[in-house]
Amino acid sequence: MSIDLSQFKQTFIEESDEGLDVLESGLLALDSGTADDEVIHAVFRAAHSIKGGAGTFGLNEIASFTHVMETLLDEMRDGRRAISKEGVNLLLNSVDVLRELMDAARDDVPPEMSRANDVKTQLDSLLANSDETPQDNDPGHESNNRLEQTGLGPESSQPKQSGWLIKFNPHEHMLRTGNDTVRMFKELALLGDLENTADFSQLPDFSHMDPELSYLSWVITLKNNEAQSDIEKSLIEEIFEWVEDDCDLSIEPFVEEGFVEEYSAEVSITDVEVAPASTAAETASPVSENVTPIENTTATKTAPKKKKSSEGGSIRVGTDKVDTLINMVGELVITQSMLSQMGDEFSMDKLEDLREGLAQLERNTRELQESVMRIRMLPISFSFQRFPRLVHDLSQKMDKKIELKMTGEQTELDKTVMEKIGDPLVHLVRNSLDHGIESPQVRLAAGKSEVGTINLNAYHQGGFIIIEIIDDGAGLPKDKLLTKAIEKGLVSPNDNLADEKIYDLIFHPGFSTADQVSDISGRGVGMDVVRKNIKELGGNVDVSTKPGKGTTFTIRLPLTLAILDGQLIRVGTETYIIPLVSIIESLEIKTENINSIAGTNEVYKMRDEYIPLVRLYEVFDVQPETTRLQDCLLVVVEGDGGKAGILVDDLLSQQQVVIKSLETNYRRLQGISGATILGDGTVALILDMSGLLALAKEVEPAQNYANG
Amino acid sequence: MSNIQDIVGDLDALTDENADQYLTFIIADEEYAIDILRVQEIKGWDKVTTLPRTPDYLQGVINLRGTIVPIVDLRKRFNMPTIIYGPTTVVIVLRVLGEERDRIMGIIVDGVSDVHNLKHDSIKPAPEMKGSIDSRFVSGLTTINNKMVVVMDIDALLNSEELALEDNVA
Repeated sequence: MSIDLSQFKQTFIEESDEGLDVLESGLLALDSGTADDEVIHAVFRAAHSIKGGAGTFGLNEIASFTHVMETLLDEMRDGRRAISKEGVNLLLNSVDVLRELMDAARDDVPPEMSRANDVKTQLDSLLANSDETPQDNDPGHESNNRLEQTGLGPESSQPKQSGWLIKFNPHEHMLRTGNDTVRMFKELALLGDLENTADFSQLPDFSHMDPELSYLSWVITLKNNEAQSDIEKSLIEEIFEWVEDDCDLSIEPFVEEGFVEEYSAEVSITDVEVAPASTAAETASPVSENVTPIENTTATKTAPKKKKSSEGGSIRVGTDKVDTLINMVGELVITQSMLSQMGDEFSMDKLEDLREGLAQLERNTRELQESVMRIRMLPISFSFQRFPRLVHDLSQKMDKKIELKMTGEQTELDKTVMEKIGDPLVHLVRNSLDHGIESPQVRLAAGKSEVGTINLNAYHQGGFIIIEIIDDGAGLPKDKLLTKAIEKGLVSPNDNLADEKIYDLIFHPGFSTADQVSDISGRGVGMDVVRKNIKELGGNVDVSTKPGKGTTFTIRLPLTLAILDGQLIRVGTETYIIPLVSIIESLEIKTENINSIAGTNEVYKMRDEYIPLVRLYEVFDVQPETTRLQDCLLVVVEGDGGKAGILVDDLLSQQQVVIKSLETNYRRLQGISGATILGDGTVALILDMSGLLALAKEVEPAQNYANG
Repeated sequence: MSNIQDIVGDLDALTDENADQYLTFIIADEEYAIDILRVQEIKGWDKVTTLPRTPDYLQGVINLRGTIVPIVDLRKRFNMPTIIYGPTTVVIVLRVLGEERDRIMGIIVDGVSDVHNLKHDSIKPAPEMKGSIDSRFVSGLTTINNKMVVVMDIDALLNSEELALEDNVA
């Protein structure tokens, strides 16, 4: 049996991803000179683990590539080589290469080696450029060295296994289960040369013997023969499969020269830190096609039953969260038993207790819900961790000096939100780097420190997470923005725009003020996409800026996509839900504020602005209670396309609703973001404001029969 | 035809790997059959929540133990005269196999009728039909108790373009 390693491969790749992150952040720390010995050790260990693991899984490209990295790191670690910027950059490139290789391994496609070979050549030449004795540079020598030190070199660790030693002691009743030892021995004999020694010591006198019981035990040696050079343990186990509960069975590797030392179970293949074991396994694999006894004994013990690799990824959950959950469930069970006990012997005087119990049940349920949600929550550092590298690379490329500060990395948010916020964040940080922070000369001339700062802050506020990207750069050029906007026809030259409105223009599609388009940013695609993505998540993004002082982007995101705060509204007999975040205000209609344009398009004058009216019953073609505007209520909402007033018959309660997808069994509908189940079990649709407003523009306005 | 013979016939068919079990239901006195293995449950008619801007035969969605399930009225689908839903009106909840994924959908019918074993060779191809029941939706015709029964292809019916996943409705 070759142990099916593929089941661990996913785990290995996940671990390696983490290892690569450690490598990267460590290298960045080295680069900025803040590193102590511990950092370089950690970096070295990470590389070493990846190498060892890759070898075990037969990912030879990764193993050999990491090996060269490791050699370089080893020299740095021992102080034999100075930590140079050149070296660190090369190593950072190597991390990228490794990521590519790792992705290829994950998808089971042959890796693209051209870049890997380039970087490897560079690494090799860097290694060769050393002023050390050539001997130390020889990677092969170096690795052998380590193997010998640990005494687990390929020669010493691989005794020739020539078969298996099986101790088979059937329980008395085994024959009654219909199993016949003779047949099993015949099967065994097919595998190899069989030597069988029976132990008759337990055999009673003939007069006392029960013919249905088994009194014998056997010691069997099964040796490799010509036909069958290597016997897999699984084949032997298969033969004994039916009787394993009815006997004492041990199967041990048998070595001709009496080499019966137990292989240490501590050399576990799951522990990639223990590199010699994996390296040994790697070197051993060509010797025998089968898995070496080391793996055989340890892995069969520790490996879980093979299960189908599950799609859809996994989350690591802290044990404290699971513990909390268990506590909650415990409390829930207690409350439940208290209530059911009360139900058994209920009388009216216990009504108060019942109420209390139900209140407790409600509290338990809510807490449980929150805890379960928390399982999906991950610290935002998962998203932030890519930025040090990004800033490092880009600042070098642009010859700027930039310091990145991050706070609130432990702020948690939903995994789905996290995955979707990554790209917009990268875009914003790139923007700050490229447009925000000035070059050192300009900064010095402006009396600022040469080194620019970008702050990434994350914190919770209400049911939202706030992410701020603050730079101390030049700020947004107001005049330039305005000129550009007029040029593009977005605003008319006579418009008197408030500053915020001007800054907000950067979120318009096709808007870029960069004088030159760089490969980092400035193509004008982006900021609108950033805003769109964030809106899709139910959040928003704002910008504020002070000329010469810097710019702040503030992203506001809901903590989870599974639950939202909604306002229930009624149109005719239908109940809909408007997300509270979209609502600006709700008001009673004053007919004198209604104006119509071209007879059909109605607008409502609210303070100093005119907002279009959306008759929801027309858009959705439902029977309203009334079409008389003065009997309706107006909910002023904000969507992608600006503000609008939605006519509804009634405002019902505000409540948290659990979002259910319509797409699971149907398809996406414009204007509707999902559905939820109300307290009475009926389904209510959740409105998507941006989609609805776009839809309202398409719908032909009906006869304006009820104006005034 | 005696009941015993029916039962014997059923038993024969049960053990016959060339036969499948079908659930038959009634719409406007016509009998239709669907593969019983696709039937998830049968429930009484209950109020649905209508979906705006969808074909009128898509009656709406219901809450099936926390899942949102769309319901199709087959009378409307086939342009038959509609009736007021009565006590025998039922919703048959089905598993619809799609190319990308399987979906759960319900169909509203006048009533469920029976379960029959149908041999594969007893299902005859349907002639080309004009009108509202597209022959794409019919996998064949068969005879049960001297009555014609239409064997429906629910995947074709419920994956038709108007109900498809992609938003390609004009």
